Amino acid sequence: MSENENTRKNIDFAEKPLCLSGRGVTKVFGLGDKKTVAVDHVDFDFHEGEFVSIVGESGSGKTTLSKMLLGLLNQSEGQILFQGKPRDISSGHKKKEYWKGIQAIFQDPFSSFNTFQKVDAVLLDCINMRGGKGLSKQEKFDMMTEACNFVNLKFAELTNKYPFELSGGQMQRLMIARIFLLKPKILLADEPTSMVDACSRATILDMLLNLRDETGMTVIFITHDIGLAYYISDTIYIMEHGKFVEYGKADEVILEPKAPYTKRLISDVPKIHEEWDLSTVDLLNSN
Amino acid sequence: MGKPMLEVRNLKTKYVTRFHEDVYAVDGVSFTIEEGKSLGIAGESGCGKSTLALSMMGYYFPPLHYMSGDIIIDGKNISGMDPDTVRKTILGSEIAYIPQAAMNALNPTQKIIKFVTDVMRAHDPKKDKNEIREMAEARFSELGLPKETLQKHAVELSGGMKQRTVIAVSTILNPKVLIADEPSSALDVTSQKMVIKMMRELMEKGYIKSMLFITHELPLLYNVTDDIMVMYAGQIVEKGTAKEMVFDPVHPYSHGLMGSILVPEEGTRGQKLGAIPGAPPNLKKPPDGCRFAERCKYACADCRYTSIPEKPFGEGRMYRCLKSVEELKEVYENE
Repeated sequence: MSENENTRKNIDFAEKPLCLSGRGVTKVFGLGDKKTVAVDHVDFDFHEGEFVSIVGESGSGKTTLSKMLLGLLNQSEGQILFQGKPRDISSGHKKKEYWKGIQAIFQDPFSSFNTFQKVDAVLLDCINMRGGKGLSKQEKFDMMTEACNFVNLKFAELTNKYPFELSGGQMQRLMIARIFLLKPKILLADEPTSMVDACSRATILDMLLNLRDETGMTVIFITHDIGLAYYISDTIYIMEHGKFVEYGKADEVILEPKAPYTKRLISDVPKIHEEWDLSTVDLLNSN
Repeated sequence: MGKPMLEVRNLKTKYVTRFHEDVYAVDGVSFTIEEGKSLGIAGESGCGKSTLALSMMGYYFPPLHYMSGDIIIDGKNISGMDPDTVRKTILGSEIAYIPQAAMNALNPTQKIIKFVTDVMRAHDPKKDKNEIREMAEARFSELGLPKETLQKHAVELSGGMKQRTVIAVSTILNPKVLIADEPSSALDVTSQKMVIKMMRELMEKGYIKSMLFITHELPLLYNVTDDIMVMYAGQIVEKGTAKEMVFDPVHPYSHGLMGSILVPEEGTRGQKLGAIPGAPPNLKKPPDGCRFAERCKYACADCRYTSIPEKPFGEGRMYRCLKSVEELKEVYENE
């Protein structure tokens, strides 16, 4: 417990080198009257080894931002810098290069895998992608076993299984094993625990923290659960209607929130040591 | 002690797979909900929470099969009834159910008023159209939903609105028991709060007499229900009031589960989360002894072979473990 606490509280990430940053990043969908600004001129700096959470309600633009960070969508305006240099994803080949540095875990583990690929093929792909094509069979096997051990899965039981034969929690852990093999600079986790129960959630969160400590990667964690963000992250960005309304160290943002939106988000979460105030809810004036 | 609204006695149900194997999903569950009370069920995925909800409605369709036990709603035993009779006489008027995917429960081609009409006419085929509309409008505005909602299609509503509409429609006949199966899991915190407030209002205004709330979000259960029951591998492992269960869990499984609570309160950051390693047992062949023994830190050889009955203790509490309450508490303190 104490070990974890130290690594999570005493580091000042502002001094670390920048990993991913954005200036005036904007995404506009549609044209003319039907224009929707999903992400509105946001600036951010994610440092090496930092655990960042982006918190917001449904429709606040979290997922659009994450797609832009991954390079799946192009920004309408602004610039995204990867390791200090403007990133170039103009061609398919360059995109593949970029994805060696950034990888993602998605919300729905059931649709994250190719149904026709067995578990060992999934992991072998990762080894090959990291330039391990020339390794011997035994070396590859050892690497896969190590990755599975890291996420508490037994590789011997998994070979020859298809992803759909695993439970949701196991699949999500296999995703983490993939990341462990790929060792990207940045991991983007888009609500990875929203479809698993509280028990597996604890396991997955602990694994993400271990992964960060072991490989020193930057983790960008996207969630709507502010309690979870507080537990896991070093820095929290609060997003409302496409803008960051507040950001800072986890303790500052959660314990002394300044923006009214952050205050509301925190008060809306059911707690166990404080009274949950239902009287603030206005059922009639909601959409 | 209030009048019991829902009583379940030693309920056993099973699934039969394609290969004719039996999966005992609900195995000897008993509990009572009194009038005006709410009960929460917590447990991990696959422990039988949703199957228990389906079984309680008496709505058995293959692969789900009824084995034994009684389900008594306000003095009326509905166990073993024909599913068609259940649909016509019980569902909606005695017991209402909000499914897990309530957001997708609305047919996109029909207006909301059509669902209300359907529910009302299923129980009273001659009901007048205008009468139904007036009643629906009154109920919707009382629950804080604008009455224009009735003339809208499901696609025009947001997720939280859809969920609240489903709740309003399914409780329109004033059921005695409302079963809510993860009604707020897919919503963000603000919409979740609205759904909960609406369910509270339904209880306070007496439209529903009792409620069974299923979720794996423990802080939510603590704030919503009077009592909490923890389920593991088809059995109830512990039962108590919400406060007792969150601050003083006895069974090792509930203890582990309560350790995984995440709330944005001071002191939760950096705290060790109580993850329970391993996976639940295969319910095709449930173990003879304690079902949690394989994953339990405190298990001994006896746990694996002795079948464990429900042990009452304290004021109306119950747990299912070989060790005594004092022994368990001592172990937790020494950790």
